[in-house]
Amino acid sequence: MSDNILFSIAGLSYLLAMIVYMGYLAFRKEGIGVAATTITIFGFITQSIALLMRWIDSYHYWVETTPATTFIISLFRSTPLRNLYESLIFFVWCLILAHLIIEFRYKSRSLGAFVTPIAALTLAFIELSGTTKEVPALIPALQSNWLLFHVLLSFLGYAAFGVAFGAAVAYLVMVTESRGEMTYIFWSILVGIFLIILIALGIDFLSISVTRPEELIRNYFLKSTFRSSSGGIVAMSWVFSLALIFAIWRYGLQLKGILARLRISAETLDEITYKTIAFGFPLFTVGGLLMGAIWAHQAWGRYWGWDPKETWSLITWFVYALYLHSRFVAGWRGKKVAIIAIAGFISIIFTYLGVNLLLSGLHAYS
Amino acid sequence: MEDKERISISDKVWSFFASVKLTIAVLIVLALTSIIGTIIEQSADPSSNIRLLAKFFGDSLAPTVYNIFLRLGFMDMYHSWWFILLLVLFCTNLIVCSLERLPKTLKLINTPLKPLQKNVINTLPLRKELLVNADLKTVRNEVLNNLTMAGFRISESAEGDSIQLYSQKGKYSRLGLYVVHLSILLIFIGAIIGALFGFDGFLNLPEGGSSDVAYTREGRTIPLGFTIKCNWYDTKYYPWSDTPQEFQSEVVIIEGGREVLKKSIKVNHPITYKGITFYQSSYGMVPEAEGEFHIKVTPNGGEGKILHLKLGDTFEIPGTKIKGAIVNFSPALTRDLHTGMFYTYTEQMVNPAIAIRLTDAGKETLGGWILRRYPETGILPEGHKIDFIDYWGVEYTGLQVSRDPGVWLIYLACAIMSIGLYIAFFISHRKIWIILRSEKNSVRISLGGSVSKNRISFERDIEKMLSKVSQTIKGRGKK
Repeated sequence: MSDNILFSIAGLSYLLAMIVYMGYLAFRKEGIGVAATTITIFGFITQSIALLMRWIDSYHYWVETTPATTFIISLFRSTPLRNLYESLIFFVWCLILAHLIIEFRYKSRSLGAFVTPIAALTLAFIELSGTTKEVPALIPALQSNWLLFHVLLSFLGYAAFGVAFGAAVAYLVMVTESRGEMTYIFWSILVGIFLIILIALGIDFLSISVTRPEELIRNYFLKSTFRSSSGGIVAMSWVFSLALIFAIWRYGLQLKGILARLRISAETLDEITYKTIAFGFPLFTVGGLLMGAIWAHQAWGRYWGWDPKETWSLITWFVYALYLHSRFVAGWRGKKVAIIAIAGFISIIFTYLGVNLLLSGLHAYS
Repeated sequence: MEDKERISISDKVWSFFASVKLTIAVLIVLALTSIIGTIIEQSADPSSNIRLLAKFFGDSLAPTVYNIFLRLGFMDMYHSWWFILLLVLFCTNLIVCSLERLPKTLKLINTPLKPLQKNVINTLPLRKELLVNADLKTVRNEVLNNLTMAGFRISESAEGDSIQLYSQKGKYSRLGLYVVHLSILLIFIGAIIGALFGFDGFLNLPEGGSSDVAYTREGRTIPLGFTIKCNWYDTKYYPWSDTPQEFQSEVVIIEGGREVLKKSIKVNHPITYKGITFYQSSYGMVPEAEGEFHIKVTPNGGEGKILHLKLGDTFEIPGTKIKGAIVNFSPALTRDLHTGMFYTYTEQMVNPAIAIRLTDAGKETLGGWILRRYPETGILPEGHKIDFIDYWGVEYTGLQVSRDPGVWLIYLACAIMSIGLYIAFFISHRKIWIILRSEKNSVRISLGGSVSKNRISFERDIEKMLSKVSQTIKGRGKK
């Protein structure tokens, strides 16, 4: 069995787990919760095996092309963290791992309904954006021992921030009381935009055929909806989007009703947001920024060059530094800091996807 | 009067820079403005950014908007006066805030822990009560033992029939955030040193060429103080693909007429000589250069011989009557799948090949293309072999040349920041007070604690410790 099939099985498991977690939220039956956890663990194990298989395959390929390297170096050079596809897969793996740890530590399953959608959306994004799944040859700039540590720590950080994001969204859903509140409008529009971009990507994927998978987003992003040459389609896209956001806004309070019946408290969600950010921040700073700078110095001759990717990582860092300082020094609590946690993760999405797909720069490969 | 006013003004300035609101404002403004430079291509050709702006503002407005943006420094915004001012504000705020809070933190660290009254312990965020069947001394020893094992250094005070044990651990973790702040300042200092005393340049050297200067992007010429010569440049490809595996140049450093260093430079493996570092950065073809073909001719069963030839030159395979001539060269040879014709698909040396014409005792025999990346193409039917080693002298290597006397400080700051972050986020300041009071045949353990962060894990550690204490005592009772 190839690793791609196993990755698909894992992806489907997470999708199923997301539905079952939501069912658990709605019906509060312990059995459903156990089922959701079991499916998640099954998906996690499958994905771990797939990752290992890909690593072993890549190892053999590397040894074949470069017989002179030692075992450890070959292992480093064949780490499956070389392109967008592999790193997104690894992000999902980290995210699920972080979720499982929190589930067992806090003995609370509710967060699953907010974290598994991030995993499912990422996997849906991989499929819809047509990201290449081929095992890539490692280009010279990536042939460094920093690759493993830089990417590993960055993504552990991203995963922690992802959980913080899920908890912050859940927190906002839980504490908003009425449709007129700014925070309520904020999260309903946020969820709406996520869904709309995903749907638009799906329509791009179905209606445009390209020879090279990466071209789809680079050249045809939203071309079959918002950026279509036909004015009618553009208008329809906007109408449909606004209708969707309106529907989420109109019926979003129901979600709060469901959450309110749960044993998880808003304070716990707030604490999970803080804890995961306090865990992710040092990892991201050291792994993402510092190791990235040292590696850049060795590969490109400068430790900082205001390349779009570097700059966006720094923006992300500013946002989480803002979270920590506003919470600890300024004493902000509740909705305000939850919004900062959400802004931080949006910045990560842009650092990771926006920069690669929409802007140019030295980090073009990942 | 005047003096008083002056003090109040300096106080105001100080409290302005010491305010958290400033921190928050600066972080938000830094985050938002930094976005501009990721969308507008920095230090780029004006036309590319005008084209970008035309998408948003229309063709007629784009040049005007461009000029406004140019005035605002958006075209090189990370070096603009206002962005640097923001960074200065960020640093000043960081320094003043740290100085403002450091004395309080130091006081907190240096104040010795004192025993607390029972009612004060009851107000602490962490509280536990436990009754164990044993005498006071046994319980005391057991608790002491466990706390010491957990790394606490215990103080003790006795009042009548009760003993109080109290201790703290990790008090210096409160300094972690100052360490992180310090490292941020070190990074800025390192960057300033680099900007003032270093340079960032480039040097394109053709194979065989040498230079004793480098050039900056602004067009300045920088003397190196020695000569660097490029012996050869080579791109290595993965088998059966055009994905590069390695970009590599061999360079020689010459000083005072003597070769002092000979080394190859690869991506991720720069060389440094006398503080100047050379990085493999690009490569290309020298326009209209005539190079030298390096081939190796090996007769069947014989010794190989390396020859340096020009296009059209002839050679012979030693010990045979076979003569050859190089009649054509292609930097990137491929064959059209439909027509079967050979053609060159790019001017870069992706798949270099030479066409050889062969004669045996004056009679034309089988010749053809010999590809460098596929040595088996050079084996003749008789078992003789012609290897195409290199077409030397037609490529140049693009080296990035820089000197950064501040970089060691950056590395040091990275190490300090990593340590600081670890201390600030993963070590907590834990305080614990335990009152042991005799009650008939048993001892009541009243515990109170406080912690700077990670409360849950502290709570779990305390629970573990208490259950261990009660279990050991129970176990002893059974004996």
